[in-house]
Amino acid sequence: MTEQREWPLYEVFVRARRGLSHVHVGSLHAPDAEMALRNARDVYTRRQEGVSLWVIESALITASSPQEKDAFFEPAADKIYRHPTFYEIPDGVEHL
Amino acid sequence: MDVATSSVRQGYVLGLADDALVAAQRMGEWIAASPQIEEDVALGNIGLDLLGQARSLLTYAGSLETPVRTEDDLAYWRDEHEFRNVHLVERPTADYAVAMARLLVLSTYLCELYALLRSSTDGTLAAVAAKAVKEVDYHRDHAAMWVLRLGDGTDESHRRMQAALDSEWPFVDELFDSSYLNPVLLETGVAVDPTVLRSAFDRRMADVLTEATLAVPSTRPAPGGGRSGVHTDAMAPLLAELQGVARAHPGATW
Amino acid sequence: MHGNGSSPVTDVPRSAPPPEVAEPGLEDFWRVVGEDGRVEPRDVMPDDYRASLIRQIAQHAHSEIIGMQPEGEWIGRAPSLRRKAILMAKVQDEAGHGLYLYAAAETLGVDRSELLDKLHDGRQKYSSIFNYPTLTWADIGTIGWLVDGAAIVNQVPLCRCSYGPYARAMIRVCKEESFHQRQGFEALHTLSHGTPAQHAMAQDAVNRWWWPSLMMFGPHDSGAAAGKGHTQRSMAWGIKRFSNDDLRQRFVDMTAPQADALGLTLPDPDLRWNEERGHYDFGEIDFSELYDVIKGNGPCNAERMARRRGAHEAGAWVREAASAYAAKHADRRTAGAA
Repeated sequence: MTEQREWPLYEVFVRARRGLSHVHVGSLHAPDAEMALRNARDVYTRRQEGVSLWVIESALITASSPQEKDAFFEPAADKIYRHPTFYEIPDGVEHL
Repeated sequence: MDVATSSVRQGYVLGLADDALVAAQRMGEWIAASPQIEEDVALGNIGLDLLGQARSLLTYAGSLETPVRTEDDLAYWRDEHEFRNVHLVERPTADYAVAMARLLVLSTYLCELYALLRSSTDGTLAAVAAKAVKEVDYHRDHAAMWVLRLGDGTDESHRRMQAALDSEWPFVDELFDSSYLNPVLLETGVAVDPTVLRSAFDRRMADVLTEATLAVPSTRPAPGGGRSGVHTDAMAPLLAELQGVARAHPGATW
Repeated sequence: MHGNGSSPVTDVPRSAPPPEVAEPGLEDFWRVVGEDGRVEPRDVMPDDYRASLIRQIAQHAHSEIIGMQPEGEWIGRAPSLRRKAILMAKVQDEAGHGLYLYAAAETLGVDRSELLDKLHDGRQKYSSIFNYPTLTWADIGTIGWLVDGAAIVNQVPLCRCSYGPYARAMIRVCKEESFHQRQGFEALHTLSHGTPAQHAMAQDAVNRWWWPSLMMFGPHDSGAAAGKGHTQRSMAWGIKRFSNDDLRQRFVDMTAPQADALGLTLPDPDLRWNEERGHYDFGEIDFSELYDVIKGNGPCNAERMARRRGAHEAGAWVREAASAYAAKHADRRTAGAA
């Protein structure tokens, strides 16, 4: 069952303590930025005090990678994760 | 501290402890069952906070006896009529709206309670309150966020959220009932009179519910009796689950 | 044929790409893998590298989520408050690990909801170990000791796998997991040194979980049971670093002495130290049980899936409400900005 408007993906950045910079630690899904921040605090910091968090919708990030040559992807304002339209996730049983 | 005062004090501490313990027990049921994996993590944190409060309070309550009883002695070996929690926390949670309605009520009450309990003349209670006040503020915030989204989300969520509030509301009054409190506890500044918390509670609840497009329920209060060890029929199965393994092995350590 | 691996546990040498000539455009990919570097989300990569990783990472994530159930069932029944708190924290960590792994899978261009759909309809799997029931409190400590122990042996090498987001997620997971294994061992130690009833409970749990734990490492790498070159391909890609049998041997070597420390026996009459090999010999594994469980005939397959689907479906109205609220407020924000 999927919802009409999925909870979007947010990227999470954590600054563990004063003097350091924010570091990308992963992502999570949330319905909006306020909940994304709360969830990030729970998942990525387990509510340690003094930790600073940034969350941003993944789709809002503009990225560049100098070594890229692949012509399949939009050259301008590319997203951080690829969403190739021709791609199919394979099914089938595999040994675990 | 003479024996009489000690047991009066213990009764008060047990009320606080049992509210937290039973609330933690119900919260634990939602881990691996919540609507989103991120929420399993959040509820895990909330459950752990409540359990932590329960453990501190139970350990303290047990220390007021001679011989001393441990947190586990009190959690696993008291019978139903010795538990002092309010009815609100022992009832089953039918759906997520009920879980969030209950968390909102409980944590809003605890925010007010612990804020004042920080000034208790009882050093241990003051210390527990100082730590807990930050935790329950987070719980209240979490519950409020959900009540807003469920109240002001879809027609179905609004209906369920209102129904959940209506079903929890009869159990609100018991939180603010001070009739069970021994006056000595108030005179000596150990306990907080819960009646003084009611207007702040009502104000904060009204703010959230109004913003969530929900109506503050007007329901007749349920009979209560939890503070005197009289519980609903939900309590026996809850205790059976909580205590069963420990009671099957008397004297064992885990 | 013996069930024990006879090769020493060594690193797989970093070698050139598999026999075929590297496709044009993939030279950088093979160079990075050859240098033991990290492939990152926007790098060009072979389609089947991506496909294989998505499947592996997703199934790893699904395993964490399903794994919450057998242990979660005992939170309400934990026989001491300290154990209750430890178990709540462990199950919560497993949810967190699932999230780290779904996040890593999503960097490959899939959405978590697609992956969950595939879990729910059986197109993607989860570790079969979680299709066994937790029958007593002792199962909880045993899972921590044996199942988490086996998972750690599998997971530590993944911290150096070639795909950056997966490797980084595994570093996080491993940091948290070692705590869980220690707690499991400790819980079991308390039981095995407790009352006779507790000791018997512990021994019974170990008897039931030992062989399934060995099967967590998968089938033998050679002979009739081996997959169609899957292991070799995975190693060439820098995803898998050690063979199934090497990892299994590592696990047995670590765990057998721990059983002695616990005062519990492992249910294998052929288990003994082999001075010559420098490893433990152990008995033949009956993989037919594993295949049966993978096919869906395990004791708890139906229950695990029903619970998982049930929680997801029961929560649909909640997720929809949150999305609806967000949409309403996004509109209001936009309107106000004019």
